[in-house]
Formats: sequence, structure tokens, C-alpha cells
Amino acid sequence: MDKHLNVPVGKEEIKALRAGDMVFLTGTIYTARDAAHKRMDEALLRAGQTDPNASGEGAAVNSTGVLPLELEGNIIYYMGPSPAREGRPIGSAGPTTASRMDKYAPKLLDLGLLGMIGKGKRSREVIDAIVRNGAVYFAAIGGAGALLSKAITASEVIAYDDLGTEAIRKLTVKDFPAIVVIDSEGNNLYESAVQQYSL
Amino acid sequence: MRSIDVNKITEAVKNLCIDANHRLAPDMERALLDAEDKEESTLGRQILGQLKENLDIAGRDMIPICQDTGMAVFFVKVGQEVHFEGGSLTDAINEGVRRGYTEGYLRKSVVSDPLIRKNTGDNTPAIIHYDIVSGDKVEITIAPKGFGSENMSRVFMLKPADGEEGVKNAILQAVKDAGPNACPPMVVGVGIGGTFEKCAEMAKEALTREVGTHSDIEYVAAMEEELLEKINRTGIGPAGLGGRITALAVNINTYATHIAGLPVAVNICCHVNRHARAVL
Repeated sequence: MDKHLNVPVGKEEIKALRAGDMVFLTGTIYTARDAAHKRMDEALLRAGQTDPNASGEGAAVNSTGVLPLELEGNIIYYMGPSPAREGRPIGSAGPTTASRMDKYAPKLLDLGLLGMIGKGKRSREVIDAIVRNGAVYFAAIGGAGALLSKAITASEVIAYDDLGTEAIRKLTVKDFPAIVVIDSEGNNLYESAVQQYSL
Repeated sequence: MRSIDVNKITEAVKNLCIDANHRLAPDMERALLDAEDKEESTLGRQILGQLKENLDIAGRDMIPICQDTGMAVFFVKVGQEVHFEGGSLTDAINEGVRRGYTEGYLRKSVVSDPLIRKNTGDNTPAIIHYDIVSGDKVEITIAPKGFGSENMSRVFMLKPADGEEGVKNAILQAVKDAGPNACPPMVVGVGIGGTFEKCAEMAKEALTREVGTHSDIEYVAAMEEELLEKINRTGIGPAGLGGRITALAVNINTYATHIAGLPVAVNICCHVNRHARAVL
């Protein structure tokens, strides 16, 4: 089913999504991949160690002020673009493999992140965190970076500029196409769709 | 003896980097178009249609087909009657990569050390496989390799007793484990035989073989066809979202091996199986 969503988004709208839905996102999303996740995780750990109320690693830390982006209600796109040619907002901009961020994703989901866009399988821990927090995992079509770049109308590096393509970017998107792979109930399109066609 | 100025190598490499990342070779483009006709899944056909549109945009607007413009892998066949002038051949190839990735707005995806992980900023160094051949020409093949699919590649050191069935099972297992992570429909490059490193290099080179052609060895060609059919029965489909077209080709290269061994390497490539060639 085709759906249009304005992002950032409310919990109720995320809960209404079902694995298999084709969703067109309009609004603001953020990019982060391996190196940016590692840095965000280190920032949370440092904050947790200095927060007298924290128990366990980074547990009770509010991400505001610690991370370069507000997690609450937001969506992270696992993507590192190619450089933009003159007059264009961004270069090629397709998803990277999500499983490399599995180590970091549960903590970010527990801190309010509502959605992730990537490609490929997720770990049991991430799926549990998606269900626990009523979040969602979308797939964008891997290897369609030229096409997907057309749905991005603006791009601005907001943190970790030294990481180059791995910096955190704030993207303005218009009708960015994404497919719900894991919904807030834990339904997984990668499993159900493949079973349907397996001989 | 024929002399070649290494500046010509640099220029050719620069152009190959830019060309390979914006236009698929005709065999790959045709394979993707054919796949759209064969796919049964509606979503799968939509995805294949988007991949075609993506190729059109990439070539027309000069936006790389995929943002992962890869680590620059080269197979260089150097005629033994060639003499290089003006500097080192390896330096010339790396300079071509530096210029191609900078002037061509390609992503710099290489870190200088696997654990310290600082980006080199110009996508060097390249991975270069040299082969000395007869003649007075230099053939340069570039295969920029993205790591979504590279990460799903495997080497199996099988036992001779595992035989052909063992080899087929290993290849199928690698493809099933890769699933959606390798951006299917994929091309599966396989090396059987040789040593640990030889089979991996053969698997990589097999990816540069024209899609739709088969091994000259009859039983190997039959294995390629059988495996392609089996892979396309897994149901993984385009983007791993279900369907018939999971792979576009299985290309197998073989080599002599040791009495005690049966090495098998499976190098998986996504649908953006880039390769371009120049002869100087």
C-alpha cells in the first residue's frame, strides 16, 4: 500500500505502518553511517560516565545536547553520498548495509529514534528494540543512488565534518521512496516475501 | 620493445574510473532489462524498473550509479615487450585513480589503515593484479568494487572428498547468507582450485567476464547454469524483497590445485557489477 509521511513523524503514524508498505517521505531526515555511529556512541558513553543519575553504560542519558541531532521522532538514513556536482544538493545517495549499525541502533531507538532507512537484514537485538519502542526499519533500493538523489532537495553537514562522506547530514527530502521491511510489531518483509517465492 | 609513457596509463585509468562508475557495460545493462521481463513478483518488477531508471539518470546527469563507487580494483595484463617510460607503472595507476575519483565526483571510500581508519581522501591506493603476458600491449580492466556485496563474500577450504556437491552447496550457502545485504540481483564470481589467495583472485576476475557467456570447460559451464537456476529458486529476488531474479549470472574460473585441497571462493557482486577495459 502506498503511503505519504511527513517527517519527523509521530508515534501513531509509525505504528500504522505495515511491512510491505511503500512509503514516500517528505521533510527532514538525517544521515549517519559507521564512523558517525561510533562517535555518537562514544559521546553517549562519556555523558553516561559523568551523569550521576546514570546507571549502566549511557543508560539514563538524555541525548539532547550530547548528540548533534535530536533523536525524538526522527529518522536516520544509513548513507554516505558521493560528492555533489556544482548546482546540485548531493551526489549519488543510496542506502548502505544496515547490519553494520546493529551494534549501535538499540541504544538510539531507546533514546527516541523512530525510524532507520538502510538495506539488508537486522539483528534480533535491533528487531526487539524496534518493537519495544514502536519504531520502524525501512529499506531504500540499494544501488539506486542516482535515482534516490532526485528525492533529496537540500543537504547540509551538521556534525563530524572531518569524516567526509561519513559526516552527519541534515537532508530535506520530497517523496523519498522507502519500503517498510520491519514494522512496529516485528513483521519482517525480508522473511515473508522470500518465503512466498522460495521453491 | 615498445615504449609507453606512463602518463598515458594515468589518463586511461582516470577515464576508466569515471566511465565505469556512470555507465554499466552493455552486457550488464542488457541482463537487467531481460530480468524485468522474467520477474514474477510485482514489487520485484517495480524495483528492476527503478534500477533501469537509475541507470538512465546516472548516464544522463553524470551521477554515479551507486554512491559506493568502490575500491578501485584493476587487472592489468602487461605485454613482456613493453617498456614503461616516465615513472612507475603502479604510481601511474594510482595517480589515475586519484584524478578519476576527484575530477569525476566519485566517493572516496578508502581508509589508510584497517584499524586506525583514516580516509586517504583520494580513494588510493588501488588494488592491482598484474599479469605478464606475451606481446607489446597493455590491457587494463577496472572493476570498482562496492563493499555491501564484498562483505558477503567467502572463502571455503573444502576437502577433495566434498567434490562437486560440496562446491555447489558452499556457493548456494554464500548466496543465501548474503540475501538482501548484497543488493540482488547479484552476479556471483567463483574461483575453484589453486591456493587460498589464487581462488579469491579468480573469483574476483570472474566478475569481469561478460554476463551470459560461459566457461570453456563443459562441466564448469553446466555448473554455472545449474547454480544460476538454483539461486533463482531461493526466492530472495530483487533487493531481497522476494522474487525470481536473485542472480543475473554465475561465472566460475578454475585452476589446478593440490592433492589435499579444494579451495572455493565466492565473490558476490551487486547488480552494479562495474567493469571497463582499455588496451594501450
